[in-house]
Amino acid sequence: MKSSFENTLPKLVIAPGFVLGFAFIYGLMVWNGVLSVTASRMLPNYDEFVGLEQYVKLWEMDRWWLALKNLGIFSVLYVGGAMLIGMALAILLDQKIRAEGWLRTIYLYPMALSFIVTGTAWKWMLNPSLGLEKLMHDLGWASFSFDWLVQGETAIYCVVIAGIWQSAGFAMALFLAGLRGIDDSIIKAAQIDGASLPRIYWRIILPILRPVVFSTIMVLSHLSIKSFDLIMALTGGGPGFATDVPATFMYVMSFTRGQIGLGAASATMMLATVAAIVVPYLYSELRSKPHDR
Amino acid sequence: MLKLSKLATAVVLAASAGTIPAIVHAGEVEVLHYWTSGGEAKSAAELKKIMQGKGHVWKDFAVAGGGGDAAATVLKSRVVSGNPPAAAQIKGPAIQEWAAEGVLANLNAVATAEKWDTLLPKVVADAMKYKGNYVAVPVNVHRVNWVWANPEVLKKAGVAAMPKTYDEFFAAADKIKAAGLIAVAHGGQNWQDFTTFESVVLGVGGAKFYSDALVKLDPKAINSDTMKKSLETFRKIKSYTDPASSGRDWNLTTAMVMQGKAGFQFMGDWAKGEFLAAGKVPGKDFLCAAAPGTANAFTFNIDSFAMFKLKSADAQKAQNDLAVAIMSPAFQETFNLNKGSIPVRLNMDMSKFDDCAKTSAKDFVETAKAGSLVPSIAHSMAVSPAAEGAIKDVVSQFWNDDKITVADAMKKISSAAATK
Repeated sequence: MKSSFENTLPKLVIAPGFVLGFAFIYGLMVWNGVLSVTASRMLPNYDEFVGLEQYVKLWEMDRWWLALKNLGIFSVLYVGGAMLIGMALAILLDQKIRAEGWLRTIYLYPMALSFIVTGTAWKWMLNPSLGLEKLMHDLGWASFSFDWLVQGETAIYCVVIAGIWQSAGFAMALFLAGLRGIDDSIIKAAQIDGASLPRIYWRIILPILRPVVFSTIMVLSHLSIKSFDLIMALTGGGPGFATDVPATFMYVMSFTRGQIGLGAASATMMLATVAAIVVPYLYSELRSKPHDR
Repeated sequence: MLKLSKLATAVVLAASAGTIPAIVHAGEVEVLHYWTSGGEAKSAAELKKIMQGKGHVWKDFAVAGGGGDAAATVLKSRVVSGNPPAAAQIKGPAIQEWAAEGVLANLNAVATAEKWDTLLPKVVADAMKYKGNYVAVPVNVHRVNWVWANPEVLKKAGVAAMPKTYDEFFAAADKIKAAGLIAVAHGGQNWQDFTTFESVVLGVGGAKFYSDALVKLDPKAINSDTMKKSLETFRKIKSYTDPASSGRDWNLTTAMVMQGKAGFQFMGDWAKGEFLAAGKVPGKDFLCAAAPGTANAFTFNIDSFAMFKLKSADAQKAQNDLAVAIMSPAFQETFNLNKGSIPVRLNMDMSKFDDCAKTSAKDFVETAKAGSLVPSIAHSMAVSPAAEGAIKDVVSQFWNDDKITVADAMKKISSAAATK
């Protein structure tokens, strides 16, 4: 009797959280899926089933393609840039230097800001008539020009810059923790064998850091797919809709243009994108450790 | 057991207290609006005072930001959950969309008692009705097709008067440019791009063309030579703006004219509210004129409150009183003096208003008679939100990207206009 109670207790304790989580994560995913096959406009409308019409409409829109292209540019550059810079900073900080605690805090600090603050600050810095360009002009460098933010083709790269600034410190902290976890004796052994320092990093340390690299990619890539606030604050999706990404597209369609069905379809596409990245990763993670079970 | 039955009686009594009018108490009126900037908030406070004077409880439900986008989102969630506010700031075709959902109250009793049909121009009254029944109350009329200018800048550049045609306008702009100042202050947000664009279409093509092309979205009109000329003129205006205009807010743009950094700005008369708030005098510190070629036309942007169906009789009473208060001459005057707009009520005493507003009021009446009173697309008065957004996208793209040809833009506007 007692033993069966002991067996069921953990399940009972977990149950409410599990039910809530299930309802509000998977339930809402399903609800969104349902909305995306209805003709919903200003308010949800479950009476009119239109099949995949919203998806057809979505893939016919120039603006959606541009949003996807921007997401591609942003994701690759943001994740890659933040990882490279974060790794470089981590390696440099790992050289047993003075004031390391200070420097670590300084580099990590942008992470403490919200993307809204980051976006607003960079908006001012990159604005030709307020920020960097004006400063250079005032200092007498009249030919200096940096108007990426106001040009449709280059504005997305400004979003990348601000994003990297925000997240590189975070990547650095993860890598630093990983580096600290490496046993010194391995490195000493390699040095005795006459390996040069870059070679040690490349052939020994990085492979050991593989799990850290993967988790960093995971965290940053899902941040990049749902990036919304940074773009809203920095460019507002402009100039025109040059820096639209799927998240801002979804918001505009659902809540300002009264096309909830279309917005739900774009949200489903975003979910599919995230799933395409996360599911294989989870699968490999769960499969690769049979001895843990 | 006895205890229990006592408790039960108490519960029943408490529950029925809601239905037995034991004490007469005033209704609560909850109003969702997005009047959160300085002058606007003052105006909302005025309405609150009037309602409290009638013994009602005013429950303010202000949602800031996004020209009402945020407010609309909140409103949807409230209505879907069956708990709508008494009134919400909704305008243009959105009123019809809400009414079609069957959630708006019928205001005909108030409208008949207050003679709204005689107090409002027909164009305005029709926008407030759904299938012949009043469902909303108009608050004010903004004119969108204005050009604002700084007389100091014009004098410095040697421009004699406000331009009446685009030839005059570009000649003046060239002079301002030559004097080393910004000719046209512009804020690069899609509604501002479109505010300029619709004034250009109205000036180049006239009111009838404007209605055909942008309100009825007639493909013939959209692909006509007149549209081509409008787009070319629109693009030419861009060459007189400064490169930093991308994403600039409209009030900062107005400040450029105010501070003498720029000559002209295309903007509705809420810009006047900014000038007045800064203590500027119309005619002396700033000039107003209809956008070139649009002196005999009027693009309107009307704020209104849609009234939702409510359950309790007290709340309905409060709602009716609110509708009466909004249309009352006292409120119309105070509110519009603050906001820079003109009263929506015809035949009001305009003596307290400035010259720009008097011009606006005169033109409002005349254009209504002449049939050149047209709704603003940029401000959601004319077409469905989906089509409006799609067309705004194209126009902003055209404005921002010089590589898009006029012919391409016309093709894209045609397909955007077909957005359902």
